[in-house]
Amino acid sequence: MIVTQATDWFDERLGIAKFTRKSLNKIFPDHWSFMLGEIAMYSFVILLFTGVFLTLFFVPSSKDVIYNGAYAPLRGTKVSEAFASTLNISFSVRAGLVMRQMHHWAANVFIAAIVVHVCRVFFTGAFRKPREINWLVGTGLLVLAIVNGFLGYSLPDDLISGTGIRIAFSIVLSVPVVGSYLAFLLFGGNFPGNSIIPRFYSLHILIIPALIVGLLSAHLAIMWHQKHTQFKGKGKTDRNVVGVAMWPAYAFQAGGFFFVTAAVIAILGGLVQINPIWLYGQYVPYRVSYAVQPDWYMGWLDGALRLMPSWEIQAFGHMIPNVFFPAVLLPGITFTLLGAWPFIEKKITKDNLEHNLLDNPRDVPWRTSLGVGILAFYVVLFFASSTDVLANSFSLSLNFVLWAFRILLFVVPPAAAYIAYKLSVEASEVPGIGRRKRALIISRSEEGAFSTSESAPRSISHEEVIEELPEEVKYHNVLDGTEEYVMPSAVSAVSTVINNVSVDVDLGPLPSGGTGVYQIPRSPRGSAPNGRSNEQEQQGDLDD
Amino acid sequence: MTQLHESAAVDAAPKGKGAEVFVGICFLLSVLATIGLAVTYWVGGQPQVEGILLFVTLGGIGIGMVAWGKYLVPQGPFVQEREVLKSEIVERQAMLASLDRGQKQLGRRSFLGKMLGASIGLFGAINLFPFLRSLGPVPKKALTTTPWKKDALIVGPDGRVVTTSTLEVGGVLTVFPSYDVGGAISQTILVRVANENWTTRPGRETWGPQGYLAFSKICTHAGCPVGLYQELTQQLLCPCHQSLFDVLTGATQVFGPAPRPLPQLPIYFDANGNLRAQSGYLEPVGPGYWERG
Repeated sequence: MIVTQATDWFDERLGIAKFTRKSLNKIFPDHWSFMLGEIAMYSFVILLFTGVFLTLFFVPSSKDVIYNGAYAPLRGTKVSEAFASTLNISFSVRAGLVMRQMHHWAANVFIAAIVVHVCRVFFTGAFRKPREINWLVGTGLLVLAIVNGFLGYSLPDDLISGTGIRIAFSIVLSVPVVGSYLAFLLFGGNFPGNSIIPRFYSLHILIIPALIVGLLSAHLAIMWHQKHTQFKGKGKTDRNVVGVAMWPAYAFQAGGFFFVTAAVIAILGGLVQINPIWLYGQYVPYRVSYAVQPDWYMGWLDGALRLMPSWEIQAFGHMIPNVFFPAVLLPGITFTLLGAWPFIEKKITKDNLEHNLLDNPRDVPWRTSLGVGILAFYVVLFFASSTDVLANSFSLSLNFVLWAFRILLFVVPPAAAYIAYKLSVEASEVPGIGRRKRALIISRSEEGAFSTSESAPRSISHEEVIEELPEEVKYHNVLDGTEEYVMPSAVSAVSTVINNVSVDVDLGPLPSGGTGVYQIPRSPRGSAPNGRSNEQEQQGDLDD
Repeated sequence: MTQLHESAAVDAAPKGKGAEVFVGICFLLSVLATIGLAVTYWVGGQPQVEGILLFVTLGGIGIGMVAWGKYLVPQGPFVQEREVLKSEIVERQAMLASLDRGQKQLGRRSFLGKMLGASIGLFGAINLFPFLRSLGPVPKKALTTTPWKKDALIVGPDGRVVTTSTLEVGGVLTVFPSYDVGGAISQTILVRVANENWTTRPGRETWGPQGYLAFSKICTHAGCPVGLYQELTQQLLCPCHQSLFDVLTGATQVFGPAPRPLPQLPIYFDANGNLRAQSGYLEPVGPGYWERG
């Protein structure tokens, strides 16, 4: 009854009943690949929690101090406050190191999950109408995540991240026409200046997270409104959703999955060292260490910087610097094409229909092979960011490794695309592909001849009819007037009170005696061409 | 006759006791690990132990919840109809009518509309001022000049003056003008080659006294310090993107993405044998930019 009182209290003020009922009864299609986006979202929540903890101890300042903390090897050296406070978090604040490492791991997992999620959405065609807007929002989230990862990575002011900031300055500087002004505005003057750590800090903890929260909310709201896509299968059509109910099955599975994600990030943060800045030391502009590598999600840019030939355009008294091409133009083209893909595909396929059933990647060989080819391009760039390490580890000359990668960059993508195309085409031609395999029974007759027969389908439940949630059926029947509605005495008592103050209740006069039978006025449902009464077309592949 | 609220069907648990026990154990482990976490924190903390205990705490809750949601409640599958996203034609027409009405009501006063646009636009532009004016100075000559001046005394990172005997042949040292030790822009790499008074290029006959050669340490590619010197090949290597510069020919780029040689600093030994700059750099140091031409 307490629940009833509470829900009544809110419903009389906010009218939550209808929305809450729909939400609790919302059906979520079930597939492991739908959890990739969840991993990204949960990692972001963990980033917020651990990040708030870090802000309590981090000092965003490049002011020099003499380090006097717990880490003995650096005691007495001149470091920036940012670096000193990061050491303090790592060695003196209780649970500080775990929080810091969890934050860093969560960032890596966040971006990795987004990238894999983007691949899933691309290869299954989930970006098609009506989900183009959410694809654009997602592209924005990917860019923001990468930028914020880089900013956060730069904050401790250590030798490796400081070198990264130096490269970032050169990249901003390389923008045609306004580059030098942009760089000076961002850094508050020529490199290095004293402003960049505090400015990166406000971007990292305030501005970009706020943008991410906004876009993420939009992403989820749009997804909620449009409902999930689903793979083809028994009973699944473009006009329905088949899966588990939000309450309680999905809520428990998804809520539990948050904790599982957090647990994995916690054990990474506790046991797997990441970014041990005390080994790198304070950033000093004239020092640099061997094997300078950024976090993984910047690897493709670093690789592109390395593979770029030593060209630079000088004409009419102006220069387009070398780094412009790999570090400004390439990402610009990358994210523009990524964001525009749904519209590009629409131009190619002329397909303006709404799609809620997903493609199996093998069913659309041209898109799959294109995606694999483009992905291969970035994978080669990613591995190219380790040219020096590869050359050292395998005792090859740098020259050889560099040229090998330059060639691979143009050989691997078409080869990968070709293989993906062939595999898709051949796979889709295999009879019975995608269906559950049935065991074959080999039997021997009395004469000694062998014969093969298929076993019966494995589970009987697959033959059952897929039904609507019983409460939903009942609710709609009552609305349609096919079932009569009995007002429970407790609820009717409350309604009586409401009736006295609200004139909108359309239940007619209350007969004396407490409970009564009402005929709720028919509201025309299913006025759309595919109303509930219509027999739904079974257009999915029958799965066994 | 039906009741909506009381009649919600309660399905029997699809999997029985085993799953219940498993979920219970998960939650119990979580509670125990949380207690352990509190104790660990209380006694001073230990990162590895904290990581493991957090894993059990969070993992226990997580796996317990997932198992509960997967094995102890009905999974369906249930089906639900998708609502049509687009509105009925009549809805769209009604919306357009309302838009139209507003537009017509405003449209009569187009001059006021332009003024409103101008006021808002101007205010928006004003908001850019702090970004354009206060965030940083205009580059002016900052990119074309360095702190190096004529006769600047050359010192090492520790502030010690460089003399004829500071470097052995094959030695290398990062140097600065004595008034800008550690400067990010003035950083210069000094190498000593075997050849006495080496001329890297025509016109630089006096720039390499006693085999000392000084080059800007800022890579012309992306600005990293060109910090690695390979004595055998007499080449400077940038560790960021592996650009290679040949010292004897004036730090010309021989490999990698760097598009230009490292600028060379003209130097000389004064009467006391201290190394000084003949002048500043004759060209801008570091990576390229639009105005460089």
